[in-house]
Amino acid sequence: MTNRNPQARRALLASAALSSTLLAFAAIGGARALAQEAATEVAVEAAAAETDPVARGDTPEAHKGYDISARSDRTDRGFGDSRVAAKMVLRNEAGQTSEREFTFATLEKENDNVGDKTLIVFVAPRFYDGTALLSHAKILDPDDQWLYLPATKRVKRISSDNKSGAFLGSEFSFEDFTTTELNKYTYKFIGEDEIDGMKMDVIERYPRYEKSGYTRQRAWVDQEIFQTRKVEFYDRKDELLKTLTLTEYREYDGVWRSHLFSMTNHQTGKGTDLAFGDYEFKTGLDANDFEQSILTRLR
Amino acid sequence: MAFRSLPIAAIGSLAATAAASFAPAAAQDIEFTAEVSAELRYFADGPAYAGQIERWQPSIVLEPELRWSDADRTHQVAILPFYRADFQDEEREHFDLREAYYRYNDDDGWSVTLGLAKVFWGRTESRHLVDIINQSDSVEDIDEEDKLGQPMAHLSVLRNWGTLDFFVMTGFRDRTFPGADGRLRFELVVDTDDPIFERDGRRAAPDFAARYSHYVGSWDFGVAVFHGTSREPRFAIEGAGGRIRPVYDRITQGSIDLQYTKDAWLWKAEAIVREGHGDAFFAAVAGFEYTLYQVFGTGADLGLLTEYQHDGRDEGLVLEDLGLGAPTSVLAAPVTVANDDVFMGARLALNDLKETTLLVGGTIDVADQSTGMFIEAERRLGENWAVELQARLFLNADPGNVLFVFREDDFLNLRVTRYF
Repeated sequence: MTNRNPQARRALLASAALSSTLLAFAAIGGARALAQEAATEVAVEAAAAETDPVARGDTPEAHKGYDISARSDRTDRGFGDSRVAAKMVLRNEAGQTSEREFTFATLEKENDNVGDKTLIVFVAPRFYDGTALLSHAKILDPDDQWLYLPATKRVKRISSDNKSGAFLGSEFSFEDFTTTELNKYTYKFIGEDEIDGMKMDVIERYPRYEKSGYTRQRAWVDQEIFQTRKVEFYDRKDELLKTLTLTEYREYDGVWRSHLFSMTNHQTGKGTDLAFGDYEFKTGLDANDFEQSILTRLR
Repeated sequence: MAFRSLPIAAIGSLAATAAASFAPAAAQDIEFTAEVSAELRYFADGPAYAGQIERWQPSIVLEPELRWSDADRTHQVAILPFYRADFQDEEREHFDLREAYYRYNDDDGWSVTLGLAKVFWGRTESRHLVDIINQSDSVEDIDEEDKLGQPMAHLSVLRNWGTLDFFVMTGFRDRTFPGADGRLRFELVVDTDDPIFERDGRRAAPDFAARYSHYVGSWDFGVAVFHGTSREPRFAIEGAGGRIRPVYDRITQGSIDLQYTKDAWLWKAEAIVREGHGDAFFAAVAGFEYTLYQVFGTGADLGLLTEYQHDGRDEGLVLEDLGLGAPTSVLAAPVTVANDDVFMGARLALNDLKETTLLVGGTIDVADQSTGMFIEAERRLGENWAVELQARLFLNADPGNVLFVFREDDFLNLRVTRYF
């Protein structure tokens, strides 16, 4: 018989090759405050093992940009695994809003040759209740992603090719979530700036992976606890496309997490807020909890 | 570089809401939800057979959902009843326990599920050849995607070299078929009250199945075996102009399913070898799904699908001793339209706030060009409502093709769902 496509009922997600490490955004950061450290001299000793010489570049500005980013990345080491609930509020030009709720589970990468593993389970709208997305992030290779459709009990491997596509119709694109690994970029130190009285290092980063929707991103990283506070995204025509602010930082036993990501699209006037509840760390999740066949046992 | 900040108050309240109202991901919880749908089918043509519904077929579907699990998800219970009230076709009005199971999840990666459950195997879109655990609830739709709950004991073992699943099943579920009033049926009504089972013990005869599945790089694959009562019945025809009785044979089936994922391409294939329906036969489905992202200068995605279907099973009627006292006229194997057919389809996802999707597809028989087409459009309406419009068209149906029985059954189906 002419079977209809089994994804028809939950097809949006099926076509949306979604993301992996949303949390990795917040993961560019999270350190015990090393305020005494001079902003001009970035300590890199601990980073020596994982430094990718191509990513670090060959100019002093590139080195400095990379090293500041590496220090920020390093502050997130050792979180192990985490769980958090999230709510996304999408806002269109006319001011109409739409909400999605989901839970995130993240398993820290085993080493610097791979990325984190992430499991997203959708809670609301009820239309998507139980739909799940599992991602194994890579550095320069495409991520491995599986979608679980609860109505049909189907686990489907999906393409992660759609890097510049919208994540669930929001102003976040897939690559905004998946491409925060340090060595996915080359860097350049731009200068210093101040936001809300906090001293910032300003760095530009240039995607090394394929199919990015951006020519460059400009990131503001504070000089106290080395957290990313703001990112500007420049499109393929090198025009300012979006601005992301990361606020409501809280510390969990040495690990810092932003609890509010706000993305504004300057070209369309749309915006998306992503708010997080309280994080739980070291909850006992292991590699088995991030395997594709576990998706059928989530509930 | 103007950064238009959202109002501070809005940010504050959003963050506060998030912190206050989100249940921890692992909290022990009883969750009770429900879906209620109202459906209206409209048939474009008058009926082909006496007694069938003329044009309109309204119905209502109730799907409550009760779930419980403990804090670390070691113990899980799910109860999902299903009820369709159909005001014309009494065979389509039916109750089922889609799922009613207890599951134990061990820390060491294995789990045991006891009760009625649903399991899906496979990769392809146009036909689910290897998906054999659950019986099709074919009064729901003719696409074999709605399934009845199957009683089972299911052991699943997850290791770093893959996943092994073992099933022991009993309590065979008969396939559902429309009654005399129903559309989308054969000229003769299938007598679902009087099936013929090949083996004594009937519904209690145990089924066994096992599957190994894993992924390596860009490849995902599964290999499975099944031995038990076929979910697909043959049909015995009794008397001239009499009735059709379903015949459920014991079969043994081996299957393989795989997918290769590369860039925007998904290459998929499924194949089976089955013994027990006439001569042993081979069947396969293979094809691709290619997605164009952000088409028409918008955020919409357009997926293009093509699959080829082959099925080598026996066709036609044979005289066979089914233990009824005299040789009976019976189909040599269960009917299929997918013997030598090409499926093509397109899926458009607008990726808008209402998750609007449109799916169009058709399967054409290579030999006689009989074609089954479908259109499905769906979107959310607000937070708790969704609407789906579906159409099926049977075009150019050749008298020698199974689709011929549906030649007057083109229909449009509107479904409105409220989520509670």
